[in-house]
Amino acid sequence: MQKFFHDAVEFVPILLQGVWLTIVVTVGSLALSTVLGLVWALMRVSGIRILVWLSAALINVIRGIPIIVLLFYIYFVMPDFGIALSALQAAIIGLGIAYSAYQAENFRAGIEAIDKGQIEAAQTIGMGWWLTMRRVVLPQAVRIILPPYGNIMIMMLKDSSQASTITVAELALQGKLIASSTFKNTSVFTLVALMYLTMSIPLILLVRHFENKANRK
Amino acid sequence: MIELNDVHKSFGKVEVLKGITASVAKSEVVCIIGPSGSGKSTILRCINGLESYDRGEISVEGARVDSNDRSIVAIRTQVSMVFQRFNLFPHRTALENVIEGPLYVKKEPHEQAIARGRALLAQVGLADKAEVHPPKLSGGQQQRVAIARALAMQPKAILFDEPTSALDPELVGDVLSVMRKLADDGMTMVVVTHEMGFARDVADRVLFIDGGVIVEQGAAKSVLNQPQHPRTQDFLRRVLHPL
Repeated sequence: MQKFFHDAVEFVPILLQGVWLTIVVTVGSLALSTVLGLVWALMRVSGIRILVWLSAALINVIRGIPIIVLLFYIYFVMPDFGIALSALQAAIIGLGIAYSAYQAENFRAGIEAIDKGQIEAAQTIGMGWWLTMRRVVLPQAVRIILPPYGNIMIMMLKDSSQASTITVAELALQGKLIASSTFKNTSVFTLVALMYLTMSIPLILLVRHFENKANRK
Repeated sequence: MIELNDVHKSFGKVEVLKGITASVAKSEVVCIIGPSGSGKSTILRCINGLESYDRGEISVEGARVDSNDRSIVAIRTQVSMVFQRFNLFPHRTALENVIEGPLYVKKEPHEQAIARGRALLAQVGLADKAEVHPPKLSGGQQQRVAIARALAMQPKAILFDEPTSALDPELVGDVLSVMRKLADDGMTMVVVTHEMGFARDVADRVLFIDGGVIVEQGAAKSVLNQPQHPRTQDFLRRVLHPL
């Protein structure tokens, strides 16, 4: 145990650099996936056939490709087409795109759960499609969307470790580097696990808060 | 003001409106009665474009109603609708429900919309409920807020789709008296209803619809007191003397 604490004092500062990158990747890809997911979902419920079809196709293609392959594609293949991104940029974009499919399905479920009478009431006071979405549907859908959204946040935090495969030195990769150079596997990976857990706990509490709030209404 | 000319409408293979021709003059109150599934609500929903129709023509003050055209927005601001299930926005207070259209569709100044919204809530007897959210109101109160919301658009006509059918019996009177006052003030109204007393006392004209056609129409008192068509007679007997 004493040895563990000794190792912890030595390795935590280095691992914290990884934590910082983990947070950057998670927050960046969360923002991107939210925006893209909302766009796909709105296309899906727009009632315009070509947009509905396009969004359904995109979601299925994205869902059908493993995140790691998507990351390789963006980081290693895109330069052949003249688009060279840094590893961090590629990670944020790759994870953002990958998760946009799940975000879209969650948003769509929330939007479609809103009573049709609400949309008709908005129409009868002269609201167009976008105003109806913004003022009537989305504010009510948020309550339904938030609990699963929180779960997606937790999954993204953990899946940000896949960025290590394209050389982003986030927490998992930082741990692997230290472990392979010191052979202190137990100490290092216990610390890595504890750090992920520490970052997850506030998110888990947030999900519980969302769920309570949704149930109360 | 509202004209329907040989309007046909099908849902899949079922034809629910089989050639409806009718008109509503300014300040007139027309009640539509008839059995469930006869197409009453569909007529209202076609008038303000919530449903499209297949053949014939509907016009409001000369403008053709086409639910797929942008012009429908202008028509909807002139012809408001009150629903059986109120359809108030549950995440907004009574006052916010009323001023939503004036603020965001008509772009009225904030102060003016609020002042008028409060006046409308007072008019329907709910001045003290302005800051309450709909789920905390009774059905009758919710429906009166919905009427205030419809009035806030300063419409030329209001369509009522069974406005009291979802209410507890003791709350029906409050809503009907608000509607009666509107009629007295000269509002053009088309009311789908099962309240025969209201139809007899307030309506100028009654249309009896069955099987997607107008079976009988005329002055409210004559249709309700001396129905000519056997189907109308049968329907009224069942409604007025259910036992």
